[in-house]
Amino acid sequence: MDGLDDIVEEFLVESHENLDQLDTDLVALEQEPNSRERLSSIFRTIHTIKGTSGFLAFNRLEEVTHVGENMLSRLRDGELDLTPHRTSVLLQMVDTVRSLLTSIEATGGEGSVDVSAVVAGISAAMENGDGPAADAPAAAPAPVAAKAPAAAKAPAKAPAAAKAPAKAPAKAAAKKAPARKSPATAAAPAKRAPRAKAVPKPAPVAPEPVEELHDDLPVEPVLPAAVAEEHPVSEPAVDHPEGEAAAPDAAGGQTRRAVADSTIRVDVDLLDELMLLVGELVLTRNQIVQNVARQTDTDLIRASQRLNLIASELQEGVMKTRMQPIDHIWSKLPRVVRDLGLQLKKSIRLDMEGRETELDKTLLEAVKDPLTHLVRNSVDHGIEAPEDRKKAGKPTEGVLTLRARHESGQVVVEVADDGAGIDPVKLGAKAVQRGLLAQDALARMSPADILQLIFLPGFSTAAAVTNVSGRGVGMDVVKTNIEAIGGTIEVESEAGRGTVCRLRIPLTLAIVPALTVECATDRYAIPQISLQELVSLDAEKAANAVEEVGGAQVYRLRGELLPLVRLTDVLGLTSERHDGHVVIAVLRSEGRRFGLVVDRVINTEEIVVKAVGGQLKAIGLYSGATVLGDGTVALILDVQALARRALRTETTERQESRASVAAAAAAETDRQRMLLASIGGGRRVAIPLDTVTRLEQVRTDAVEKVGNREVVQYRGAILPMVRLDRHLGAYGETDREVLEVIVYADHGRSVAIVVEEILDIVDGEAAIRSDIDDMGLLGSAVLGDKVTELLDVRAAILAADPQFYSAHPATLAPAAFSPSAPSGVSDSLLEV
Amino acid sequence: MTAPTLSSSAPATSGQLATFWLDGDLYGIEVEHVQEVLRSQQLTRVPLAPTAVAGLINLRGQVVTAIELRERLGRPPRPEGTDPVVIVVRLHGEAVSMLVDSIADVVDVDAGDFEAPPDTLEGQARDLIRGAYKLHGQLLLALDVQKAVNSA
Repeated sequence: MDGLDDIVEEFLVESHENLDQLDTDLVALEQEPNSRERLSSIFRTIHTIKGTSGFLAFNRLEEVTHVGENMLSRLRDGELDLTPHRTSVLLQMVDTVRSLLTSIEATGGEGSVDVSAVVAGISAAMENGDGPAADAPAAAPAPVAAKAPAAAKAPAKAPAAAKAPAKAPAKAAAKKAPARKSPATAAAPAKRAPRAKAVPKPAPVAPEPVEELHDDLPVEPVLPAAVAEEHPVSEPAVDHPEGEAAAPDAAGGQTRRAVADSTIRVDVDLLDELMLLVGELVLTRNQIVQNVARQTDTDLIRASQRLNLIASELQEGVMKTRMQPIDHIWSKLPRVVRDLGLQLKKSIRLDMEGRETELDKTLLEAVKDPLTHLVRNSVDHGIEAPEDRKKAGKPTEGVLTLRARHESGQVVVEVADDGAGIDPVKLGAKAVQRGLLAQDALARMSPADILQLIFLPGFSTAAAVTNVSGRGVGMDVVKTNIEAIGGTIEVESEAGRGTVCRLRIPLTLAIVPALTVECATDRYAIPQISLQELVSLDAEKAANAVEEVGGAQVYRLRGELLPLVRLTDVLGLTSERHDGHVVIAVLRSEGRRFGLVVDRVINTEEIVVKAVGGQLKAIGLYSGATVLGDGTVALILDVQALARRALRTETTERQESRASVAAAAAAETDRQRMLLASIGGGRRVAIPLDTVTRLEQVRTDAVEKVGNREVVQYRGAILPMVRLDRHLGAYGETDREVLEVIVYADHGRSVAIVVEEILDIVDGEAAIRSDIDDMGLLGSAVLGDKVTELLDVRAAILAADPQFYSAHPATLAPAAFSPSAPSGVSDSLLEV
Repeated sequence: MTAPTLSSSAPATSGQLATFWLDGDLYGIEVEHVQEVLRSQQLTRVPLAPTAVAGLINLRGQVVTAIELRERLGRPPRPEGTDPVVIVVRLHGEAVSMLVDSIADVVDVDAGDFEAPPDTLEGQARDLIRGAYKLHGQLLLALDVQKAVNSA
């Protein structure tokens, strides 16, 4: 039983139901033998069972349903007439099927249930409608005698109906008949059982005549399956001393319900309705609990606490009824992977972890297609061809891993492959080529940011369009679908090591755990799925911890820069909070994080999402509305839309988990040595060291003016100067005697960048760039424990010398070879 | 739902109109559309929504958008200290509500009394008013509910 997998279990439940229907149908059919509709229905049922049993390799079940199906199809097509005898053998078949199913349920196998008699009986009955005992003794059921007058009509038609092919089975049946005496006799008493409305008996099986039993004795104990648990049929066996071996099994069966008895099928609409009602109940519960909290009546408080508890349990219970293991959709994927693998000549192993993870049925359905798409994508693009894998030193067999798990009220589903990974350089180039992104925007993106480009509409990285994928529709649709159910998707990839697509899906749609916050006296709900943490800063702390970079606010959360978005700004409201406290809800959207500044946090509440009218949907900031505990309506913020609106996408698409991503090509630009300099006003600037030629000190009185530009004589050349403090709008001291100068040289031209003080050289991790950008800056980062602005060197140089980059090529060649050119001494930098 | 007069292409209709007052004028909407009339409700404002969206109300657990009809018809805001009356209408199965000054009677109108909108009506309001019924001593402006709540 433990070995029963879900498919078999489902098959059993379904078949048992179908069989009950069959009994009714067959009996009804006797009353109106010409009902095509009923015959078709019976045919379909048997056909379904046959199909599934063949698929599940239950051969005997297949055999018996196959012959039954044959007869039914001929009955349906009018080739045969339904005689009582034929009805009987069909009912007999149903009984046999039932006992086979019982055996499968009990032992996982077909056990010792014998089907040949029934098969022979049906075959014979096809030949001969009234089934006289002489012809087919094996199938001669008791009712025949009773129904003799009715059956008498049949013979006339029977010869006509008995076509040539039916001969062979008939012969086979005849051959088998002598050897099968006992089932034949057994069939007779059993046959009466269904009519008598007794518990249906698997007729030909257990109630063998006593004298036959010792013949079977060596067999019986090793095949307890023959004794169907819970069926009265097993009782005769228990009565016999010889049958004792089977008894424990039957007794064990009493302690747990059979699969078919322990489940019922419920209309999903009904469950939806229940869910809706529970949702309302939860709302009402919230209101009552909130009201009662202000009361002093202990009885009332106790009752409300109980209500609270019960409502929660009820909600959980109803939610559970809609839950199905994710295996329901996963189970179809091995086939997809196998077929695709064959087609693409790739060898792929599919691993599944957490297949029992449960998810709301509606969501499960919604996730099915995106998930299949991701799997196809991984097989097609992710995992390399075997020869490529060999070259890369990987086993030729690719591994595709599906993982599912519950994580803080969400279901996380991952599709991971150990393929080639996504090359951010190629990806970025493609995006530029497609015109989806500007080149300079690309240059500023981290590899993790670039990966998220695959979700842009009209993007496909497949070099060749295969019939599997690569048509440029796909990931954006996947993303849209996942977001439509309130989920999120992120991609992580390591070049050469593989790619992981991670879906986060809410457990259920109707009731959402949410954080309620206040902003400008109104309350808003933020779905917990987007919420990572809350940060509350008192006025004093906030003054220090919230830093301004290029006019935008950031907060340093454990070393990482978190761009702050004020909800009041987004909504065009005025904050009611004037005490300087800052409450930040750290939210995650599409792999990037940001802090939403709200006035205050109220609490967490289970909310029921209500649709809002078209006018409000069009605003694109609210995913719906809900009724809070006190009866007021609160808008539910659409975090994704909020992020999109508040953060500029080209600079902000970034992934928090940068740890795993380190593409070799991008690593250079990612980790570089930075020169730190202060520029006055407490601001610090980082300049990539590879653009620095020398560090010099220049006396202020050596600075001369040419037009409105400052220059300084340096090694026999005129060096244009840019004062970084002025260039970046900081205001340092201007009356210093000695200026700290960074000399930058390229192609024989040099400029001097004046800073306040050279501070340090650090290994910069440009990955922690924040999303703030301003004139002359590339962004900001935490370097040496302080927020540091990254200088846009090119812009600074152009400020000093607008012709710097447009120097005439003719003048470049000699300069490059000149030993006195500053570019030749770049190795000896850092004399300060 | 029966909505025989839903179409605005057939302006002259007889039947019953639920009437209400707004800035001194009497308006009417087809009585079939009206689900209920409520006293002033607590409104949740919706930032960034069109100005005519006054907010959201909680109608027995259902969230319903409220349209400020004064704003919609280009009338001055309701004087301080006066509470609006909420008319909940049901259109295509969806409930929407309109804020008006006060509710009046249900009036039987006759197509014979119907006239095109008065020329004195200005642009915005003109689109929303199908025409006027001449009652004795009073002009009843027939509001196109559909338009009034839809393109807000």
